Amino acid sequence: MSGQGTGQDQGAQEAKPRPAPVPDPESEPFWAATLEGRLLVQRCGACGRAQLYPRPHCLACRGPVEWVAASGRGQVYSFTVIRQNPSRSFRHLIPYVVALVDLEEGPRLMTNIVGCDPSEVQVGTPVRVRFEQVSEQAALPLFELER
Amino acid sequence: MKGTRGRLPVIVGVATSDYPHLPGLSEHQVHAQAAERALADAGLGFEDVDGYATAGFFPMYAVGLCEYLGLRPGWLDETNIGGASFEVLAEHAAAALQAGVCEVVLITYGSVQLSQMGRRLGTGGGAGALSGPSSYDALWGNTLVGSYALAARRHMHEYGTTPEQLAEIAVTMRRHAASNPMAQYREPLTVEDVLSSKLVADPLHMLDCCVISDGGAACVMTTAERAADLDCVPVYVLGAAHTTSHHLNISQMADLTTTAAARCGPLAFERAGVGPSDVDVLQVYDSFTITVLETLEDLGFCAKGEGGPFVEGGRLGVGGDLPTNTDGGGLSACHPGMRGMFLIVEAVRQLRGQAGPNQVPGASVAVAHGTGGMLSTGATLVLGDQRP
Repeated sequence: MSGQGTGQDQGAQEAKPRPAPVPDPESEPFWAATLEGRLLVQRCGACGRAQLYPRPHCLACRGPVEWVAASGRGQVYSFTVIRQNPSRSFRHLIPYVVALVDLEEGPRLMTNIVGCDPSEVQVGTPVRVRFEQVSEQAALPLFELER
Repeated sequence: MKGTRGRLPVIVGVATSDYPHLPGLSEHQVHAQAAERALADAGLGFEDVDGYATAGFFPMYAVGLCEYLGLRPGWLDETNIGGASFEVLAEHAAAALQAGVCEVVLITYGSVQLSQMGRRLGTGGGAGALSGPSSYDALWGNTLVGSYALAARRHMHEYGTTPEQLAEIAVTMRRHAASNPMAQYREPLTVEDVLSSKLVADPLHMLDCCVISDGGAACVMTTAERAADLDCVPVYVLGAAHTTSHHLNISQMADLTTTAAARCGPLAFERAGVGPSDVDVLQVYDSFTITVLETLEDLGFCAKGEGGPFVEGGRLGVGGDLPTNTDGGGLSACHPGMRGMFLIVEAVRQLRGQAGPNQVPGASVAVAHGTGGMLSTGATLVLGDQRP
């Protein structure tokens, strides 16, 4: 796929709600915790490294992993401001910030930085999680600037 | 390849189909057009083919093409690692030819992406699967362009790379496209044109992005022994390698400034017994300007972080130190979805002295490097005009 096009034929269609995750056996604990306002990461019982998304074992040492609560704080590793997306779930949000956030505990996750002007976001900006419920099964971990 | 006696794998025929807009052709017809032309270029026919490879978006894609083309090969491959697939298929074909399991391999690509889906493809912004591993990056409205923009932003942050430097890559590709009568866009472009084109996903502008095209390409491979009986100039496969760093989740890419090319590039050079300084002409995947910049660093043409200054001053242009994408690339000439085969075609034409106005005089070593997914996969093919 490639990029020099622009979305067409969809201008008249109504906005759709943003997609909600469908928990599977491996992700269910992660999404269940979001409903309680907690951000979980997997931590290795052998080397202590934390990771997301969930795997059966630690990707660094293949040790056993367990879910632990993260602080919800991190900083922006990189970001982009999406200015074109024909998707009916996101078109009405343009311009919006998609970012990769490095959590204090180590794992990196993709998210949106919300509650600020996109121009306020920089690489390295400290951010904090804020949950937005999107279904009975999940709330999305969005991030806002640490003020 | 290096250290091999006998059964040296060579490319003996290459061709593209017509491009960039083929409203009157089906996807399979595009494959067939490229295949017929590549076989004719080699002086061979479908009856000589006993190995076949292609990559498409559905399982058993190669099997369907065999049925359509009337082939019943004893060796088949349809490894799909995105845009880098065709460098991998050529690597696999080289190994199969060396092993003696087939004599003549046909590799084809065809797409009518532009005519079929048109610009609805846009930025590739649909949500992915909402369960399983790929769900983690699928929920945020990121786009394909957005993923590459994340890499570009990080590269700018770490190394001071500028939008002007990225734009110069697009400008150089357009200059090459001006000499390619089939290229989708041929009008001259300036850095200012790129920077004033619409931002799609900061910091990438529309003109930092590849075009959307119809088109196909093909190559024919055999052994040097068989090639000696043909009326063609063989191009030798000196070395090849491929790898992956992540799939749809760019959050799982350890360092957004370093691609899979940093691992498969050096390995391919080692296998070929040559290095970056030996390369006369480069055909590199240019889905976006940042793809080129990071790949140049990762393949070792300059140090990590120095890609920005490296591309300045027309270094990638014909007449520069490292002529790159001499057909105009995916940024200006043709990008039908998985461009990897076009890289091989242009590399071979350069080594045979058949590249037209953009011929690099005396080109003897060429590299074709494909990138697939969201900087997810890389595959390097080192080619030469001299028997190793």
